Amino acid sequence: MASAPPPPYRLLGGRIPYVDGPLKVTGRAEYTDDIQRPGMLVGRVLRSPWPHARLRSIDVREARAVPGVHAVLTGERYPTPFGVLPITHDETAIAVDKARYIGDIIAAVAARDERTAEEALARVRCEIDSLPEHADPRMGVSGVSEPIQKRSLPGTNIQKEVVQHFGDVDEAFRAARYTARVRGTFAGVTHAFTEPLVTIAEATPDGRLTVWSATQVPHYLHRALSEVLGIPLHRIRVIKPEVGGGFGGKSDPLPHEIACAALAIETGRPVKILFDREDVFYTNHGRHPTQNDVRVAADAEGNLLAYDIEALIDGGAWSSFGTVTTYYNGVLAMGPYRIPNFRYRGRRVYTNKPPSGAMRAHGGTNIRHSVEVALDELAEAMGRDPFDLRAQNALAPGSTTVNEFRITSTSFLDCLNAVRSASGWREKFRALPYGRGVGLGCGFYISGSNSPIHFTPKMPQSTVHLKVDMDGGIAVHSMQADIGQGSNTLLAAIVAEVLGVDLERVHVQRVDSDVSPVDLGSYSSRVTFMMGNAARAAAEELKGKLLAAAAAIRERPVSDISVGHERFEVAGAPDLAVPFLDALHKAMETTGALTASGSYQTQPRGGSFKGAKAGTAPAYSFAAYVAEVEVDVETGVYRVETIWAGFDCGRPLNRLAVEGQIEGSIHMGLGQVMGESMSYRGTRLLNPSLLEYKIPMPQQMPRIEIHLVGADDPDGPFGAKEAGEGPLIATLPAVGNALYDAIGVRFTELPITPDRVLRGIDRRRSEGRAWKGQ
Amino acid sequence: MPSRDALSFRLNGHPVELACEPARVLLDLLREDLRLTGTKRGCDLGTCGCCAVLVDGRPTLSCLTLARLVEGRAVDTIEGITPAQGLSPVQRAFVEHGATQCGFCTPGFIVTATALLRANPSPSRAEIERAISGNLCRCTGYAKIIEAIRAAAGAD
Repeated sequence: MASAPPPPYRLLGGRIPYVDGPLKVTGRAEYTDDIQRPGMLVGRVLRSPWPHARLRSIDVREARAVPGVHAVLTGERYPTPFGVLPITHDETAIAVDKARYIGDIIAAVAARDERTAEEALARVRCEIDSLPEHADPRMGVSGVSEPIQKRSLPGTNIQKEVVQHFGDVDEAFRAARYTARVRGTFAGVTHAFTEPLVTIAEATPDGRLTVWSATQVPHYLHRALSEVLGIPLHRIRVIKPEVGGGFGGKSDPLPHEIACAALAIETGRPVKILFDREDVFYTNHGRHPTQNDVRVAADAEGNLLAYDIEALIDGGAWSSFGTVTTYYNGVLAMGPYRIPNFRYRGRRVYTNKPPSGAMRAHGGTNIRHSVEVALDELAEAMGRDPFDLRAQNALAPGSTTVNEFRITSTSFLDCLNAVRSASGWREKFRALPYGRGVGLGCGFYISGSNSPIHFTPKMPQSTVHLKVDMDGGIAVHSMQADIGQGSNTLLAAIVAEVLGVDLERVHVQRVDSDVSPVDLGSYSSRVTFMMGNAARAAAEELKGKLLAAAAAIRERPVSDISVGHERFEVAGAPDLAVPFLDALHKAMETTGALTASGSYQTQPRGGSFKGAKAGTAPAYSFAAYVAEVEVDVETGVYRVETIWAGFDCGRPLNRLAVEGQIEGSIHMGLGQVMGESMSYRGTRLLNPSLLEYKIPMPQQMPRIEIHLVGADDPDGPFGAKEAGEGPLIATLPAVGNALYDAIGVRFTELPITPDRVLRGIDRRRSEGRAWKGQ
Repeated sequence: MPSRDALSFRLNGHPVELACEPARVLLDLLREDLRLTGTKRGCDLGTCGCCAVLVDGRPTLSCLTLARLVEGRAVDTIEGITPAQGLSPVQRAFVEHGATQCGFCTPGFIVTATALLRANPSPSRAEIERAISGNLCRCTGYAKIIEAIRAAAGAD
């Protein structure tokens, strides 16, 4: 497939070191916990030791009497419920009436120091009635006498049920020549960002509240603070310092952020709540423990006919993003293949566990593992190569899925071709010795959620403001949230690219709701696409003013002027080029500092059926990964040696950052497939520390070979799509399918730990079914 | 007579003397008493490596070190490792190779890598992996960190 040569960009498409790198390597980047306010108090929370309890009374008199204690708050002070989705407000800053999991916040204290705060919390007296605990979502689908939340379906703990049917699935299965079925079980996993959750709040005598917080969505925090505290948005200032990773775990407005603000209001003093690592694990909001049942059907020629999917999702105590999660566990199976008939039933059930929420590749990860394993089984049943089956069924550019997702660009076939050839697939598949194998897994993800979570008032999803003063420095304001992915760098590079200036002229300002225009923040892999388009629009507006000024200086029509490097070129007259500062100063003569604004709004997408907006996006990323594994068949320990990652993010705008996102995603995906697990005994979390919840170490990382093959997306900024979450998804099934190739055992339960590998090997041997002669 | 709570040591090349409770942890002393916030608090349990500093040149978890144990020793934090102007070769390599993402683990990695390269100027890949195995990074998959350390060692 021949495509036009790419347009030459000066910066974009290259390897652009992160603009904040020098501050980060010297320890000078300022995170929330690095901020010290005069007279600041220490905030601490008391957590429920009960999984499910009615709070009859909470007596804080003794706690308040401890010298050095400034305030002790319980839930009834700010009982307004909140939540990230406007339709499912079921969280409170501090528990009201009931505690719903071990770790639920039931009181908060502000004191002069940590020791005093702890002493006060030890003196809080609670009287409670124990309620039945719900650990297993299967028990929550009927016959529940004491539901965890009021708003579940009657007689159940079901928070959300989704039923969708397109085409005729039963008829498709009747007509099918081949079918496969996978019942998947997935342990919950968590973000494990390195910076613990932390918030500082300060209420000042001018009636304003300032909140610094480790958040990836400052705007939603801003709204939640306003709603719960009853303070207008304009009297609250939310500041996002540097954030030490988020991966979705800092995207909900969180109870401690509101409790911290409440303590600051109560005491009139700045208050900091810094969570320890155990607090962070109990706050969770990680990937949902899930069971799914996936059936796929194909005709004799290998054309996919239907998916029939069920999912049972363990939500924990709150809704969080759960309504979206419930849809995503079905609809994100819609790519990268044509599926003419599709049926999905998904249920998300409350349990008395730490809430699950959004985690990198939210909703698209667990279902993808089961689907890709099922497709591998289907290919085997047909005697076809897994690559051929997938290529035959690939969605075409410019197509529409049966649930009306609009597919603009897709280079999925190029992803497949790149890794098939780079991995030596033809020589390796089913041909490597016993214990060694290769596997293919593919992926598909939204490049930004088409529907904003909040749609009132109607406004763009992203807005970027620019200001240039006489010094020629360009200040950039936006509430997009760099949490390490490099969005500040991309924002600066887009502005510099359009204006033709050096990157060092552009300074992206810290997110501050007093001055940053609203952008919906870092979730759903929306930033490059949406903020990128907004930044480009803002820079184009500024460019127009500078071109006009350069034209005026040279008394030429604007059409003769073009952007050069740090100057404006005059057509046919290289000697007359206008230096950037000269044009700027001319443009400022009547206005002073130049300002410009750009924004991006998604176009309405999706069908008119219930839930049609879920999973719609202005574009989608695509992936095909091959993993090569070596299994020690005596111990069950295996090593992923290489991952060949074919990825379509459209045009990669900063290759350094795109590679970093892919490498980090593979690390997180490997963690989930190889060992990470939020382990529970009943409702009690057993491993709330980084010692017991193990993320992969350097020695466990494979060699990673990245193939960026995307064609320009027609609507993406400079042709780009997302690379922040999609790269995780294909990792899991690539490893799972490679293990099958190595030892002939299908794993449908994650994580695939060495003991499970050994059991699988033993089972196959005891059944007398040889694999590769063993 | 120094008081029972007096503590003296060399911090980033300069002598310091201050009062310090017996139970004070070095990380708290650095971050809260001395406001050296480049050393990060990730877990308080010695599991993440974000709080690494050099004690007599050896990478040490400051969250597990009682401050009294550095009496008479030399402590170097990320602030001390950073040149007054510009960046050290390790820091420069981390910037050029994109080895930072969120940056929260970065000071710990810089401290560990600096100690490694002082002791072993041309480490193998396996030696680098071993040296940094006490530092967790959730963003990079370690790929660009290892690449940067190899570059700083002149391996590329």
